[in-house]
Amino acid sequence: MVQPILAAKDVTIKFSLRGRILTAIRGASLNLYAGQTLAIVGESGSGKSVFTKSFVGMLDSNGWVESGEIMFEGQDLAKFKHDKEWSAIRGCKIAMVFQDPMTALNPLRTIGLQIQEAVELHSDARGSVAKARTLELLRDVGIDDALHRYHQFPHEFSGGMRQRVVIAIAMACSPRILICDEPTTALDVTIQAQILGLIRTLQERYNLTVIYITHDLGVVANVATAVAVMYAGDIIEYGTSSEIFYNAQHPYTWALLSSLPQLGIKGQPLYSIKGTPPNLFAEIVGDAFAPRNPLALKIDFVERPPYFQVSPTHYARTWLLDPRAPKIDPPATIKHLREKFVGVRA
Amino acid sequence: MNKTREVLLDVRNLRVEFKGKSREPFVAVNDVSFQIYRGETFGLVGESGSGKTTIGRAIVRINETAGGEIYFKGRQINGRIPKELDYEITQKIQMIFQDPMASLNERAKVDYIVSEGLYNTKAYKDESERKAKVEAALLAVGLLPEFASRFPHEFSGGQRQRIGVARAFVMQPEFIIADEPISSLDVSIRAQVLNLLADLQRLHGLTYMFIAHDLSVVRFITDRVAVINKGQIVELAETEELFANPLHPYTRSLLSAVPVPDPIEEKKKQVIAYDPSQHNYTVQKPLWTEVTPGHFVLGNADEVAEYSISRA
Repeated sequence: MVQPILAAKDVTIKFSLRGRILTAIRGASLNLYAGQTLAIVGESGSGKSVFTKSFVGMLDSNGWVESGEIMFEGQDLAKFKHDKEWSAIRGCKIAMVFQDPMTALNPLRTIGLQIQEAVELHSDARGSVAKARTLELLRDVGIDDALHRYHQFPHEFSGGMRQRVVIAIAMACSPRILICDEPTTALDVTIQAQILGLIRTLQERYNLTVIYITHDLGVVANVATAVAVMYAGDIIEYGTSSEIFYNAQHPYTWALLSSLPQLGIKGQPLYSIKGTPPNLFAEIVGDAFAPRNPLALKIDFVERPPYFQVSPTHYARTWLLDPRAPKIDPPATIKHLREKFVGVRA
Repeated sequence: MNKTREVLLDVRNLRVEFKGKSREPFVAVNDVSFQIYRGETFGLVGESGSGKTTIGRAIVRINETAGGEIYFKGRQINGRIPKELDYEITQKIQMIFQDPMASLNERAKVDYIVSEGLYNTKAYKDESERKAKVEAALLAVGLLPEFASRFPHEFSGGQRQRIGVARAFVMQPEFIIADEPISSLDVSIRAQVLNLLADLQRLHGLTYMFIAHDLSVVRFITDRVAVINKGQIVELAETEELFANPLHPYTRSLLSAVPVPDPIEEKKKQVIAYDPSQHNYTVQKPLWTEVTPGHFVLGNADEVAEYSISRA
């Protein structure tokens, strides 16, 4: 059995908001393996950003890890309290790329200095050594004429170029895990393809493990080897990319896939998920998706389903997989996708 | 293509310029022509900065035109026009915006937001008629009439975009310009808003111009698509035709970059890069040419000959 590079187990994260307690992550577990590209998908508020931010100690000050453990290189990150402890991990072993490259960069400093700052923070390199490393990083992320670009400000860069700079900062001290939070949402499709290609090249060159947080299932299909689907603070289904796309088991994953225009039939209404996500201030009983799930069973409202194993790499939290559950036909779109799955395995 | 269809909007050689500090104005839209038929959904796709939003804004008279003509139901609506016509097109042509968070006045109640157009055009006889119109519009977009007394922050993203649609719909428009109406929405809500737009179109015979950069959505909802690059339309065809037989290299590049939610397809995919210098327009100028009926492409004689062969 391969050891995971990062193992989160039963992580519960809470926030205090105006005296009320919000449970953002409800006992989520995740194993991340070296070299993997994991995509975490889910709607806004499902906790995908909060969950991954807890790996780098970047939860907002009113949030904390209530219980569970996050094991990374023999340390439990969930026990970390001070920035001092985090500084050896955050930005160094585990780095992050954010959505909007305009807000992630300081508009008043040249990009060279901003990258060099990260280099000097995490290594002994200073002065000309650090500068040489910075120029190397710029070339690494595909920025030509690095010497000239070093002295330029963020506003002199296009959106795609700025995102390259942000990636260069993240790569400054050769992290093992790169977390990309919606890295291409603010970019055009052609630029998006370039950035995804760049991350893939870096991944191969430096043996990176990458976590993508995204809601664009097209991007997921392009980059991911494994997919985790989050709903209401929990990972409700996990599997390889083809298992999730072609053999999804959880009704929420079905709903997510069925609502995609790409898989819809022109002229017919798209499937849309009714209702709203559950209130995370209140305690959630049973399957969190049950109230919005037209296929929900009675037990879904009573008891939270455990993980059922579909294959060694595929598991889902849904009572539908219990041997005692009635056979429920998935929506037409999903059935159509499953036919492809048979093709994949054959 | 059916030639008997009524042309609702006719844009001819449209040019929009922005004057900056430098002497030379920046040409955002250059010699753009297209027609939109009544009842159809016309897609306008391009990357950011391509001028697609500027075209939309020129149609609703927010941006001045520097050249060309825009006709709505046969009457010219750009440049200097009589006040009555201005009122009329303000009512008949409405817009839906991208970000429902930014496009709704957060200090105003839904009642006021939806009524603002009515106030401005005085399109009601008395208070009770205005109230009735607001109520009808809210119901039409799937909201409850009692929501009128609430503020935008009390709504979810999908509901907020519904308010944005109600605000346009209350004017009883014939033509709606939807500028990226779903790109800032969550995946699960996008389907709701797309279904709503389709329902309204079916029930009220609306015509849409759908401005978007997401080609997968465009493919799903539009009848015809124009691809715009650097202020020029490079290709225009019926949607399925365009996706099946893209001719212009820019269209091909754009299509190749769209991620599809299918891992097998994605692994096979090759992204084609577009290099504008591949066109040699020094000798032959590019012309707007109809390659097959209804399928237009911008290219010079040599290129068009090449496109025709690849199409055949």
